[in-house]
Amino acid sequence: MGENIRFAMRGIWSHKMRSFLTMLGVIIGIASIIAIVSTIKGTNDQIMKNLIGAGNNAVTVSLCQGGDAYDMSMGTPQGVSPLSDDQKEQIRSISGAEDASFYYSRSYLDSVRCGTQSLDMASARGIDSHYLSSSGYEAYQGRPFAESDFTSARKIVLLDQTAAESLCPGESAVGKVIEVSGEPFTVVGVIRRADAFRPVINSYQDYYLYNQQNYGTIFFPDSVWPVLFQFDEPENCMIRAEETKKMSRVGKEAAEIMNQSVQSGNDAFSYQAEDLVEKARDQQNLSKSTNNLLIWIASIALLVGGIGVMNIMLVSVTERTSEIGLKKALGAKKKTILMQFLTESAMLTSIGGVLGVIAGIVLAKVISVMSGTPAAISVPAIIIGVAFSMLIGIVFGLLPSLKAANLNPIDALRRE
Amino acid sequence: MILRLEDVSKRYKQGALEVPALSHVNFEMNEGDYTAVMGPSGSGKSTLMNLIGCLDQATDGEIYLDGRPLCRCSDDELAEIRLNKIGFIFQSFQLLPYENAVENVALPLTYAGIPRGERLRRAKAMLDRVGLSDRAGFYPNQLSGGQKQRVAIARAMINHPKILLADEPTGALDSASGVQIMDLFRELNEEAVTILMITHDAAIARHAGKIATIRDGILTGPDPVETEARL
Repeated sequence: MGENIRFAMRGIWSHKMRSFLTMLGVIIGIASIIAIVSTIKGTNDQIMKNLIGAGNNAVTVSLCQGGDAYDMSMGTPQGVSPLSDDQKEQIRSISGAEDASFYYSRSYLDSVRCGTQSLDMASARGIDSHYLSSSGYEAYQGRPFAESDFTSARKIVLLDQTAAESLCPGESAVGKVIEVSGEPFTVVGVIRRADAFRPVINSYQDYYLYNQQNYGTIFFPDSVWPVLFQFDEPENCMIRAEETKKMSRVGKEAAEIMNQSVQSGNDAFSYQAEDLVEKARDQQNLSKSTNNLLIWIASIALLVGGIGVMNIMLVSVTERTSEIGLKKALGAKKKTILMQFLTESAMLTSIGGVLGVIAGIVLAKVISVMSGTPAAISVPAIIIGVAFSMLIGIVFGLLPSLKAANLNPIDALRRE
Repeated sequence: MILRLEDVSKRYKQGALEVPALSHVNFEMNEGDYTAVMGPSGSGKSTLMNLIGCLDQATDGEIYLDGRPLCRCSDDELAEIRLNKIGFIFQSFQLLPYENAVENVALPLTYAGIPRGERLRRAKAMLDRVGLSDRAGFYPNQLSGGQKQRVAIARAMINHPKILLADEPTGALDSASGVQIMDLFRELNEEAVTILMITHDAAIARHAGKIATIRDGILTGPDPVETEARL
């Protein structure tokens, strides 16, 4: 075997240009596959990172009715009492929980106006002092809520970017007074998600997921919530886990504690933790299925590469007819000749595979830089890529090798 | 008795026709014999060499090499016999161009499964014996015709074959180199190596101890070369 590898390397090296051109199909095929797989993996890691806790391992526990989030504009739910301070304390002290914030929520506000501009379908949040930090918001214009804002009951709001752009297009919203259900509120700041918490939009699907339902959100200190809505509404909870893998458990425990506020026997309502892991999986599968198509296309390049290898190996066998004849005359068995050519073919494609892996990694990095998609190099993909190239060499080298092994030594020696 | 051909015939099929190449050849060689088979091209001498060299099989008759009948041997068995009992020397040397002299000589040992270190050691010793120890690392294109043929002889000898088969060994050489090769054959023969040489050249044939002639597939002889006529 060692001798076969030596012969193979010599054969490949003595026709450097030809060998390289032969490998090119395999290189391109493997490079494409590695690049695609790396991009898929990078995107999936990103989806997981974005969706799961939006960067900070946050789980939302909200009141649901029959599986869907209950909207308080339908009226205070029967048999559900507001969370007590004791429950909130219990939730904050769940092991594996880093922080928890509690907030009121409305999915749709009817009339929000700022001068002549109006905003329909905005959602509203009545937040406590933990909310901004635990969901990763930062003020990029004006200021966030201060501790005193939660006790003073001043009628102030924060807007997210979408809401700010709709209400005050082309100018800063800070300091403007907006009307919500006829009540004036002063905008103290415009907030957005900090970089680490912001989703990366790579595709139409991502855009749809993150933006479609967001018509803008208006944030009130929870102390002023009763000015607009009822006094003792049940709150939702945003709880942040220490690690991603603790999210599901922490979310479930929080939901259990919160469900103590739901009267026993009330089947209509329950608090449920949003299973983001599941949601991320769905997204990943979506990106996988589109990219699987690309892998099939790249496989065609590999097939073409394999045929190229077969072609060159046939040429090589013809060229080396007298060498084969000589080796047979010197006592080489069919199997020996077969193995020699198979080794050469497999070496050729394996080297192509290794070069392809390198090119693929470079390509993945380039794509990553150009499109902003992260690339994650997958080690199993590299191993499978090289092994598969070797297999291509063996499969497509078989026919030429058999041809070599079955050459008649007399005919082979006569041709000079 | 190293080699015995009993009533050997060989016919090639050419379409529907059967072309006879050898008819009813009887031939023997003892250990230590140095015999030349002489004949013009197309006389069947290459066919004879192929049959004895286990590259081809006879249509009729039986060939015994070192006591073993060759007919109905499988391809792999024939390869085994070529490896262990036969040393080939060709007119055009047939050296691998991308291997140096010592690797070329060591090639048959690869098929015998000898480890690489041992192969190269033995190959160097054999190169030494044909007087080329200073050319071990040279590639065929760096060697003269005579040197190439000596490398080929060293390769043929490396497995200590029962018989050396030389097909026009001087055909591609100038006469001075040719004479040197014939001298080397004589030396090997004096060390009891059995040599069968095929040639069309009467002058070369006279270096052998016996000469058989072949014409139209019919072999006559061999007859001993008279001592005074031997070159």
